[in-house]
Amino acid sequence: MNRLQRNEKLTRLALLMIAFSAVSILAIITIFIFSEGTPIMFRYGFKKFLFGLDWYPTEKSFGLLPMITGSVMVTAGALILGVPFGLACAVFLTEFSSKRLRRVVKPVIELLAGIPSVVYGFMGVVILVPFIRETLGGPGLSVLAASVILGIMILPTIISISIDSLLAVPATYREGSIAMGATRWQTVKMVLFPAARSGIIASIILGMGRAIGETMAVIMIAGNAISIPNSLLAPVRTLTSNIALEMGYASGEHREALFATGVILFVIIMILNTIANVTSARRIRKK
Amino acid sequence: MSSLIGKARYLSPGALAALCISLFLIAPGHISCRRSGSKRELIVAGSTSIQPFADRWAEIYMKKYPGRVVNVQGGGSSAGIQAARSGAADIGTSSRELKPEEKDLTETVVARDGLAIIVHPNNPVSDMSLSQVKQIFFGQLRSWKEFNSQDKRIDAVTREEGSGTRGAFQELVMGKNRILKDAIVEDSNGTVREIVAGDPDSIGYISLGLVNERVKALNLDGTKATDENILLNTYRLVRPFLFVTKGPAKGEAKDFIDFVLSAEGQDLIKKEGLIPVTQR
Repeated sequence: MNRLQRNEKLTRLALLMIAFSAVSILAIITIFIFSEGTPIMFRYGFKKFLFGLDWYPTEKSFGLLPMITGSVMVTAGALILGVPFGLACAVFLTEFSSKRLRRVVKPVIELLAGIPSVVYGFMGVVILVPFIRETLGGPGLSVLAASVILGIMILPTIISISIDSLLAVPATYREGSIAMGATRWQTVKMVLFPAARSGIIASIILGMGRAIGETMAVIMIAGNAISIPNSLLAPVRTLTSNIALEMGYASGEHREALFATGVILFVIIMILNTIANVTSARRIRKK
Repeated sequence: MSSLIGKARYLSPGALAALCISLFLIAPGHISCRRSGSKRELIVAGSTSIQPFADRWAEIYMKKYPGRVVNVQGGGSSAGIQAARSGAADIGTSSRELKPEEKDLTETVVARDGLAIIVHPNNPVSDMSLSQVKQIFFGQLRSWKEFNSQDKRIDAVTREEGSGTRGAFQELVMGKNRILKDAIVEDSNGTVREIVAGDPDSIGYISLGLVNERVKALNLDGTKATDENILLNTYRLVRPFLFVTKGPAKGEAKDFIDFVLSAEGQDLIKKEGLIPVTQR
């Protein structure tokens, strides 16, 4: 074995270890969260944990249903507001605007992603929450406020990935469609959307991931009540804010219950990602 | 670009591999040996309500006695009491009274803190009875109409589970009753104050020392929430700030407690809005 071959082998080993370290960090985090969080779930009862309505951790009552519903509601709200706006914006910038406008607007939209979430939260508290309280009623800190802010926060993700996937559709598709007499909008609806579907779905999933994982902004504007909200104007607590709010003081079983909250969040995100991967993969295969 | 490649050549693959391996080997060992080491530091752990004040005390104390180290940690009142018992901390701090089963530990009251019930400054209500406060936070009183004000929903703002301020409120106001579930939950005195300052229909509770002109502290049963009324024992929402030790404090722990109870230590917290214990 000469020197070059030996070097080659060593490089391979070194890079392997670096690659492995990234994977092992994920593995360590997973193992840690599960080993800290699952024992209490089994001790307390898995069903009671998932479907219990009472969260009084210092009195050993650990029902997470209000937080699970909270996360789902807020995320769904963010998608309802963010996806149509995001897609409309992406379609406009790729199909209906000049290249020059797109070159200016796209980077500006991507800058939105760089704004720290605490700033979004602060804007929400100062502007949106009083606005909701005065015009629609309720305390202002609400499902609606959190949905609106999260809807804005996921826009850059949805817009920029959708733009990329719309631009990746071969020009011949557009030309063919226009040549057959379709209008631009018909082209978008019937040719481009189906062709760019997997990219658009990926953008929505990534946006959803951001919405469900967001913590700081949500704590500031959602009100964090531990009940299942009975209207869009009622305060709500998400899984992430449940952990962040209470971790400062938690000890013993309370701390374990927060890890268990993390386990549930982890599983929900895993399920979402799997669904996303499967659906987008299936669509590609169909084509 | 070419200079970068040139430089990279000096880092041989062998060195890279060795670096990685050594990182893997060193990291766990490093973490495990961190705990031992400086033994002479005094550890004060517990209530996060006391923590900022304990930090101030520690800061001045360390300036006064160079070479001594006081390490102030949070964790919550229950954790602090536990730490004092197990010896993990020299002094445990608690912002609630000790429970009967915790009474075997030695407690020193180092300050007292009033709890203020606060509303928006424009709220016409300025007096409430303790039981009305309890009914609001229990969910029985839900409209300001009950106080001859507008028929608007009362937005109760509370603290998160585990907080010492919430613990004191629970003990002093709620008793065995739970705080209603759809109360808004905020994670610090400051955010509770901000929410109440912004929402004309809200009510919340914070440490008396943190009340400012943006919110209005309610009179309780006709008694104003002031330091004087607390000293006169007429304002009832008061909680002690305790230093807890296993047996009477000795050595450096005693020195630190003596400093905290000295005129200098008590003046310090008076400036920060707490009620001193020594000058009656």
